[in-house]
Amino acid sequence: MLLCQVDFLPQWRRAAQKCVCTWRSCEVLACLQWLCSHPVPVSFRLCFKDFFIHKFKAVLGKNRIIFPGEKVLLAVSGGPSSCSMLRQVQEGLSQKANKKLRFVPGVAFIDEGAAIGQSVEERQRTVAELQAVFQATGFPFYILPLEQVLDLPASVVATNPSPSEQPASAYKAAVHHFVETDGSNFPRPQEPKKTLLPRVQESHTLMLQQLLGSVKTLTAREELLNTLRQHLLVHTARTEGYSKLMLGDSCTRLAVKLLTSISLGRGAQLAQDTGFSDSRYGDIILVRPMRDYSAKEVAYYNHLFTVPYVVIPSVDTKTVDKASIQRLTESFVTKLQTDFPSTVSTIYRLTSEKLQTACRKRSGADGCDRCLLCLCSLDTAVGESLTHTGVTVHITVLHFSFIYKQGCT
Amino acid sequence: MPESWNLLHDLGTGLRDRANILAVACIDVPTWRSWTTWVTSVGFRGGAELLFNGVKKHHVTLPSQSEPWDMKQLLVWIQRNLLKERPELFVQGDSVRPGILVLINDADWELMGELDYQLQDQDNVVFISTLHGG
Repeated sequence: MLLCQVDFLPQWRRAAQKCVCTWRSCEVLACLQWLCSHPVPVSFRLCFKDFFIHKFKAVLGKNRIIFPGEKVLLAVSGGPSSCSMLRQVQEGLSQKANKKLRFVPGVAFIDEGAAIGQSVEERQRTVAELQAVFQATGFPFYILPLEQVLDLPASVVATNPSPSEQPASAYKAAVHHFVETDGSNFPRPQEPKKTLLPRVQESHTLMLQQLLGSVKTLTAREELLNTLRQHLLVHTARTEGYSKLMLGDSCTRLAVKLLTSISLGRGAQLAQDTGFSDSRYGDIILVRPMRDYSAKEVAYYNHLFTVPYVVIPSVDTKTVDKASIQRLTESFVTKLQTDFPSTVSTIYRLTSEKLQTACRKRSGADGCDRCLLCLCSLDTAVGESLTHTGVTVHITVLHFSFIYKQGCT
Repeated sequence: MPESWNLLHDLGTGLRDRANILAVACIDVPTWRSWTTWVTSVGFRGGAELLFNGVKKHHVTLPSQSEPWDMKQLLVWIQRNLLKERPELFVQGDSVRPGILVLINDADWELMGELDYQLQDQDNVVFISTLHGG
């Protein structure tokens, strides 16, 4: 149990009786007494860092989706969660890492300044800040203005054939081969090219702003932005030869996304929207390695280990709670989390994990109709399994609403 | 009176005078902090700085008062003196808005007593918003 998870227990004394770190025997009471009267001791920082890094490698190792030498594109928005993911990849690939990561990373950043009405100078300033961060990592990076989405070919909304499914033993064999050959047969990490900031035509910016402005509600605008973002990332991954796309969604964010998706009628697509891996595009697999980290853990890690990130306003910054369904759900979940610290983990573990298994079985059907925009299978079948899933999730939401109301009175 | 008495008297008077001065100093030593001002550094990260004109770090000198400052009073002071816009996005009632992580000297404030924690000189308080960015 992580020290950050002490808030799961109302009395911190109970926390003192349990282990802080699951693999090292720390003197918990001494640690906590130290924390109360002294700056965070070095031993605790290192313990927390090891645990944080281990969790990242463990989730990749457990799922065995990313093969040695594979090219993986990291989608970094500049926010704390995705920058933390970038740092984990850096730590995992460093020479002195125990059990080094074995894939070849690249970084993609989408400049969404047009969507929030930023001036050209503001956009260039933000991009320059992030460019410095990416250059420090040594990975190749791609700065993509969102306007590029207007020039995407129609093939981006097509599911390409996925590579044939490898047997379970193939992963172990690939790792063994990589270790024996010391990775010499696999693609080497590329040197970052000296990329100039891409120029954006004003007409494109206006066209994009018109497109987003034509959407009446903030809820729909956020969904549209999400879709456009994903299309651009998938297209970049395809053209630059990446087979995996890593997204930096944290556990808190996915819990909010899960409840939001239900409200938006995307209950049947929950597994793909919030699961660890998402294979809707066929040849490009989306993975979410940060899904086991809460937003609080990420913020704490970034603060203790000075992970650089850039705060970029989005369309719902400084909006009121009821501005959109996404904002309302976020407010609901974070308020509930304050008084009931297991809220996020319950939403995430009980519903997300269960749904994943069920949807995998169903998506094996060939020739199923897909949505043009999100490429998920259309939920047109009326059957018992779907009803059961819907009822399970609905009951969970009602349960939380009841607790919230009880807490408010 | 013998000279020695005069001497003793003078000595006694001198001691008494010195003792008075000493007594004043002793009385004032426990309460000398009321003459000092509390210096803390207050930081805003993770998007919270957008409500403070984008300034991430503030070195704050809190006005002196008879009792030590606690976090509840600090929040009120921040709201009155540092917060530039949209107070409802930073504070909710007496406490911070849910989703804002508060660190006192790099430790979670839940371990320090939250609002009841009494500030010490040179404490470093950081407010990190976990609601923004992904």
